[in-house]
Amino acid sequence: MSVYLRVVMIVAALSLGLLFLFPMWKIYLQAPQYPEGLELHIWVNKLGGSSESVLQNFNILNHYIGMEKIHPDSFAELKYMPYIVIAFMVTGVLVGLLGNRKWVLVWVLLLAVAGAVGILDFYLWLVKFGTNLDPTAPIKVPGMTYIPPLFGSKQLLNFHALSLPSWGALGIFLGLVLGGLVYILSKKSMKTQLAS
Amino acid sequence: MRALANKLTNLRSGFGLPLALLTGVVLQSCGGDKAGSSQASGVAEDAAAAVYVPPGQHDELYSFLSGGFNGQVSVYGIPSGRLLKVIPVFTQQAENGYGYNEETKPMLMTSHGFVPWDDLHHPKLSRTDGMADGRWLFANGNNTPRVARVDLKTFETVEIMEIPNSAGNHCSPYPTNNNEYILAGTRFSVPIDMEKGGMGDASLDEYEEKFRGSISFIKVDKDNGDMELDFQVLVPGFDYDLANGGKGPSEDWVFFTTYNTERAGTLKELGASQNDKDYLAAINWKLAAKYAAEGKAHEMPANYYHNKLDHGTHTAKSTIKKTVRYLLPEECPGMMYLIPAPKSPHGIDVDPTGEYMVVNGKLASSLPVFSFSKMQKAIENKDFDGEVNGIPVFKYESVLYGEVKEPGLGPLHTEFDNKGNGYSTMFVSSEVVKWNVKDLKVLDRMPVYYSPGHLMIPGGDTKDPYGKYMVVMNKITKDRYLPTGPELLHSAQLIDISGDKMRMLLDFPTLAEPHYAQAIVADKVAPNSVKFYKLDENTHPEAVKSEKDVKVTRQGRTVKVNMTSIRSHFAPDNIEGIQVGDTVIFHVTNLEQDWDVPHGFAVMGANNAETLIMPGATQSLRWVPKQAGVYPFYCTDFCSALHQEMQGYVRVSPRGSNVPIKFSTGKPKPVPPAQASVN
Repeated sequence: MSVYLRVVMIVAALSLGLLFLFPMWKIYLQAPQYPEGLELHIWVNKLGGSSESVLQNFNILNHYIGMEKIHPDSFAELKYMPYIVIAFMVTGVLVGLLGNRKWVLVWVLLLAVAGAVGILDFYLWLVKFGTNLDPTAPIKVPGMTYIPPLFGSKQLLNFHALSLPSWGALGIFLGLVLGGLVYILSKKSMKTQLAS
Repeated sequence: MRALANKLTNLRSGFGLPLALLTGVVLQSCGGDKAGSSQASGVAEDAAAAVYVPPGQHDELYSFLSGGFNGQVSVYGIPSGRLLKVIPVFTQQAENGYGYNEETKPMLMTSHGFVPWDDLHHPKLSRTDGMADGRWLFANGNNTPRVARVDLKTFETVEIMEIPNSAGNHCSPYPTNNNEYILAGTRFSVPIDMEKGGMGDASLDEYEEKFRGSISFIKVDKDNGDMELDFQVLVPGFDYDLANGGKGPSEDWVFFTTYNTERAGTLKELGASQNDKDYLAAINWKLAAKYAAEGKAHEMPANYYHNKLDHGTHTAKSTIKKTVRYLLPEECPGMMYLIPAPKSPHGIDVDPTGEYMVVNGKLASSLPVFSFSKMQKAIENKDFDGEVNGIPVFKYESVLYGEVKEPGLGPLHTEFDNKGNGYSTMFVSSEVVKWNVKDLKVLDRMPVYYSPGHLMIPGGDTKDPYGKYMVVMNKITKDRYLPTGPELLHSAQLIDISGDKMRMLLDFPTLAEPHYAQAIVADKVAPNSVKFYKLDENTHPEAVKSEKDVKVTRQGRTVKVNMTSIRSHFAPDNIEGIQVGDTVIFHVTNLEQDWDVPHGFAVMGANNAETLIMPGATQSLRWVPKQAGVYPFYCTDFCSALHQEMQGYVRVSPRGSNVPIKFSTGKPKPVPPAQASVN
């Protein structure tokens, strides 16, 4: 594998570091009386938002409909996900250094599976919060659930919810695309090597 | 009829006083027989567009109008004239608990005890390099001499200092160009006992010999704005009315108008109106500070309160000061001079260049303009005409630049635009007169309704006025609005001064009696406005930051309730074990951490107000129940869809009852504790 591709593989691995710099996903809420909007930011290791107290403000709103309180401690994922990401980064760099084409494929496939599992897990949480409502909640709308959209927008009572991946997710995307490219291009280069 | 009145108004400038009086009569009779006839006159056709701020849009400027006898400051948006806020300063405000709750009561403490009201006349914005900087607003309490500071990050009164040796703190508070000092002069001279300190005793016949005035020099901390009374200058026993600082060449000087230089102690209406000329006092504040620093200052005992709001606890604390330093002008050569000025002057206003001092002699027929450079020359040449209490008095002509002839009747106050013009209110002839500062010619007149006291051009007292608008504060309202019985709000008028001719744009009612105002472009204040207090930074000793920690504790006959509020419940909301005659103090912490979610707290039968608690703050309301029973309390500020449900009960048992202290929130299961804050 050429030095050039090894470098790209290392970049692919390191781009996962974006997950520690930016949120993976953002949920935007807008309502008439929230002109400034409310944003919930989902990071690989924490929950944040457009302001320091965003979780409290989400929870105050959610308690009217009986939604469980969102609290970072409820999510074990926030504790172990950072290690998984670091593991991917370390192994990705090693794969790059070794320049083994098969391992590149394995790495990319594992990352894809991990990403997919992550999104599925996120979706299951959204469903859990959106449907597991306290029967004594002050506001009960028959048949209404409050599952925020996974991707795209949805009207939830007075709130317009929009959910989109953020820059952190770009890290996974880059990891997959660059890793995939390394795998494909290294095949070509092997062929040309064989042909010559 | 209106056309005739207008013609006469135009003619008036040419014919002088007799016709001016006559015109006044004609105008009045016009207004009398047809309500509304005066309203339309002089209003620019596109006035509506000029003051229209569309829904959701913001005003161009903040204006701060004093409330006069309501002791508050009203904040209006300009050009819309919309009321944005009322800031309680010297007066208790039941609406939010200012002066009623335990945290703010100390703010109104004085050496006379708790004084729940004052007469707030003059707001002045803090300055940096001679320009309003939007950090603080200073204001005077006239009746029980006090100076207050409002923080423009929170629009709250954060400091009030009592002024000793003063009575009627009218000539106040005037900042120098970098807030080095805030100056505060007494309107009512009083006998000052320099041995024992403070107000002395004297027969009221001894006014001339024993009464003195004082001018206080208050230092302002550059970083946090805290005030400190550095020293006072004890001045002759006149009435000190208004002041203004110099700028540019005159930067080191502050000028004060005086009246009652006759030193009448009774029926001042006549007694103080005998001299053709009173004085404009000029004080070199830099030199005064130097004298004070170099040991010229004496010290006398004093007793005055200094009340300051602590940021962390959001609680005012009083300290009592026991001495004050003072300078005697007769011992400080070059510090103070007197300029003869006609007659019982009110406003003293220094033009943006700092060269011209305009004195508005309310009983005078002309508007004298003094020259700072001529004053400097007169000092050099010792061009004096005697002295008063060792203070040199200039010859009138030696410092006079010129007079604006026949400006109108009853000149009170002048401010300036940025094109070299002055604008003066004429109380008696009920108009604003625009004149050129250089050639002293009257350029334009605008009738105002009715009897203007002060006017305000944003920055019109600084070196670079914002010459687009003028707000005129009228003392008499009469038929300007729908009638509301005998008591009417005062009325302000907004005038466009950007062109050659003034254009009347808008009337808007104002609270109580504005005596002066300040304005500043919104950009200098709005970005710094605090949205809520951070709970993490709340260091109030009685704060509870989580519902887990709420408690009710008895200590003798005092019961402390440390409780929380968050949409849409109080914790605890059931309290038992209170007894008749207990002093109950509700320490309510608002756990919200979002913008515009105050919670109110009120309890039935309290001989007190409510208190309105901002997010992140703790406030305490004292209540002494007088009868046994069950007392509801509730949130008074509509906070959420379940606001009406935000209520609770206190059970009050007879004195000596054995009902134990008990408190709870929610029945079937404990409500999970609210998260005070996240991260």
